[in-house]
Amino acid sequence: MKLDQVARSLLLTEFLSGFVLAMKYFFKPKATINYPFELGHRSPRFRGEHALRRYPNGEERCIACKLCEAICPAQAITIEAGPRRNDGTRRTTRYDIDMVKCIYCGLCQEACPVDAIVEGPNLEFSVETREELYYDKAKLLDNGDRWEREIAQNIAKNAPYR
Amino acid sequence: MELGDILLNIAIMLGKSLLLLVALLIFIAYALLADRKIWAAVQLRRGPNVVGPWGLFQSFADLLKFVLKEPVIPAPANKGMFLLAPLLFCVLSLAAWAVIPLNAGWAIADINVGILYIFAISSLGVYGVIMGGWASNSKYPFLGALRSAAQMVSYEVSIGFVIVTVLMCAGTLNLSGIVEAQDTRLGLLGWYWLPLFPMFVVFFVSAMAETNRPPFDLPEAESELVAGYMVEYSSTPYLLFMLGEYVAIMTMCSIGAILFLGGWLSPIPFAPFTWVPGVIWFILKASFLFFLMAMAKAMVPRYRYDQLMRLGWKVFLPISLAMVVIVAGVLMATGLAPGMQ
Repeated sequence: MKLDQVARSLLLTEFLSGFVLAMKYFFKPKATINYPFELGHRSPRFRGEHALRRYPNGEERCIACKLCEAICPAQAITIEAGPRRNDGTRRTTRYDIDMVKCIYCGLCQEACPVDAIVEGPNLEFSVETREELYYDKAKLLDNGDRWEREIAQNIAKNAPYR
Repeated sequence: MELGDILLNIAIMLGKSLLLLVALLIFIAYALLADRKIWAAVQLRRGPNVVGPWGLFQSFADLLKFVLKEPVIPAPANKGMFLLAPLLFCVLSLAAWAVIPLNAGWAIADINVGILYIFAISSLGVYGVIMGGWASNSKYPFLGALRSAAQMVSYEVSIGFVIVTVLMCAGTLNLSGIVEAQDTRLGLLGWYWLPLFPMFVVFFVSAMAETNRPPFDLPEAESELVAGYMVEYSSTPYLLFMLGEYVAIMTMCSIGAILFLGGWLSPIPFAPFTWVPGVIWFILKASFLFFLMAMAKAMVPRYRYDQLMRLGWKVFLPISLAMVVIVAGVLMATGLAPGMQ
C-alpha cells in the first residue's frame, strides 16, 4: 500500500467526504409526503373509486345501456334494467359493482355514452369486510354526489385530449 | 462503621443508581429516536413522526409494544439459558455505567481501576450474545452469535491498546483522573483526540464494531442472518437485547468522550463557557459521538466478514501496537510521562 493511501485512510478522508455529502442530504427537503394529511399529485385521468353521476337537475345519467357491463373484462358489473315508474323511461333497477373483482381498467367509463359511470379521484375506500366492497346503486350514486365537483373538473381537464 | 451508616450508604448508592438508570434510559429512548430520525433524514425520509409531537414518544410506544407482546419461546430452546441471555447482556451493559463520571465526582463508584472495570464488563457482554445464540437452538441465531463473538473479541484487542496509550498519557486508570489529566489551559486543543488522533479514529471505528453498529452489524445482517442472535427472541427478551445494545453504544460514546474529548471539561476554558455545568458538556460530547455513529450507519455500506476481520487484525492491531510503542517512546524521551516531571 502506498503511503498517501495509508494517510488518506487513516485520516478518514473518504469518511469525511461521505459525511459532508450525507449532511447535504440531511438538510435537503424530504422526499416523503406526510401521507394521511397530505396526498400526492393525482392525474385527472386517475382511476379510483367508481361513482354514478347525475345531471345538474338531479336526473340520473345512466340509461341502462349495459355497455359497461358488456365491456367489463373482470365481469364485475351487474345491471338489471326496467321502465321507471313515473315516466316509463329505461333506467337501471339494479347497478352493482363488485369492487373486489374490479381491476380498475377504466373501460366502463370509456364505454359509457352518457358519462354516467366514472372512476373518481378517490383512492381511500378501504373497508374491513368483503361485503362492504359489493357496491350497489345507492352507494355509487352517493359517491357521485360526493365527488361530483372533482369528477366534473377532471373530465373538463381531460376533454381537450379526447 | 455502625450498621445505620452502612444501611444509609447502601440507600444512597441505590438512590444514585436508580437516578442514573432512569436518566440513562430516558436518554437512550431519545437516542434511539434520534438514530432513526438521522437515518431517515439522510435518506430523505421523515422518520417516525406520528406518536406525539415530531414523533417524540415513539420510543415509549415501542417499549409498550414490546412489553405487551407475547414472548415466544421456541420448543427446542433451552428455556433457562434462553431467558437468562438477554438479561445478562442488558445487566452487563448497564453495569458499566457504575464507574462513568458524568461530572467531577459524579461517578457512582469512583474506583481507581475504572477503565479496567469497563473493559472487563464490556468483554463479558459477549457471553449474553453467545448464550442467546446457543440457547435458541436454531442455525441463524447460532451463526450470528459466532460472528458477533468473533467480532467483539477481535475489536476489543485494539480498543485495549487504544486505552493503554491513553493511560500512558494520563498516568491513571481512574476515569475521573483521565479527564482531569486533559484539563490543560488549551481547552479543546489539550484533549487527547488531537495528540492521539489516529488512536481516536481507531477507537471510534472499533467502538462501532464492538457494539455491532453498522457498518459492522454483521451479527445481525438482515440480508444474510435475518437478525443474527436475536432471531428467536420476541417481546421483553428482545427488548432487553435491544436496550443492552443501545446502552453499550452509549457507554462507548461516553468512554470516547472521557478518553479523547475531555469528559465534562468545557471546550473553551474561560468564563462564560466554564459556568455551564460539566454534565451538559459531557452529554453534548457523547451525543456528538453518537451522531457520528448514526451518520456512519446512514452512509457507509456494510463490511464483508473477511474485510471486517482484516481491518481488525491486520490494520487496527498493528497500528495501535505501533502507537503504544511510539507514544511510550515519545513520553520517555521528552520526559512528559506522568510521574517523571
